[in-house]
Amino acid sequence: MSNDVTQTADKTPAEGPETTTGARIYRPLTDIVETEDGVTLMLEMPGVAAEDVDVTLEQRVLTIRGKVRPTQPEKLQLAYAEYGEGDYERAFTLSDDFDPDKIDASVANGVLTVTLPRAAEAKPKKIAVKAS
Amino acid sequence: MLYPYYTRRSDPFALMQSMLRDFDRVAPRRAQPVFPAVNVWQGDEAVAITAELPGIDPADIEISVKNNELTLAGERKAPEVPEGARWHRNERGYGKFTRTVRLPFAASDDKVEARMANGVLRIVVGRPEEDKPKKIEIKAA
Repeated sequence: MSNDVTQTADKTPAEGPETTTGARIYRPLTDIVETEDGVTLMLEMPGVAAEDVDVTLEQRVLTIRGKVRPTQPEKLQLAYAEYGEGDYERAFTLSDDFDPDKIDASVANGVLTVTLPRAAEAKPKKIAVKAS
Repeated sequence: MLYPYYTRRSDPFALMQSMLRDFDRVAPRRAQPVFPAVNVWQGDEAVAITAELPGIDPADIEISVKNNELTLAGERKAPEVPEGARWHRNERGYGKFTRTVRLPFAASDDKVEARMANGVLRIVVGRPEEDKPKKIEIKAA
């Protein structure tokens, strides 16, 4: 191995309060796409299983938490580390036209997809113009 | 950009941090960082390489071993979005990647095992018998 420091896509630790255990909390990288039906968020949370994700919406703040399951190969010692492991946390303030009961979340290959359908009354209604 | 002096007066670093954040936003992006970041684990019997590959289908990852070089290759595909969709944020990266890691010994194909769980890839490379240290017994003279 060379002694050069390899620059990798480093994970960003979340700003804010510290944890009691001293473990790091990371801010998951997020893609947000808006369509006519609503908004979709895609958050990178490698190492987090579906049952360890917590999505809450309280007073327009969508909070996403993911508890990581650390990778520890048996009988091996960490010799070289480019990335750290830790829980994920990130919050977004939403405009209030989302239906909180219809929020859908799924995890696939370490990516959490949260779908927020727009509330029915907030959808722009199209008014047909009749020719007379 | 204005930096009001009264923002979070209790935290003397708040202003500095906010200035740094603004600078990061304005400054041109640094050279493309290496993807994926890997962690290397070592033991007497094996070496393990772990990498975080979120959003990549295990079928799209190619792992090959040649002598003492292990290569990881694949593609991060951009999510399919319906037409007319508007991007609010795009923080994740996409595209093809390759990364080669040098192993401390020459590995044979049948001693390499790869598993993927929740977007974390783990490759365990067994140490061949001929590479293991031999214990020399001392005979009584």
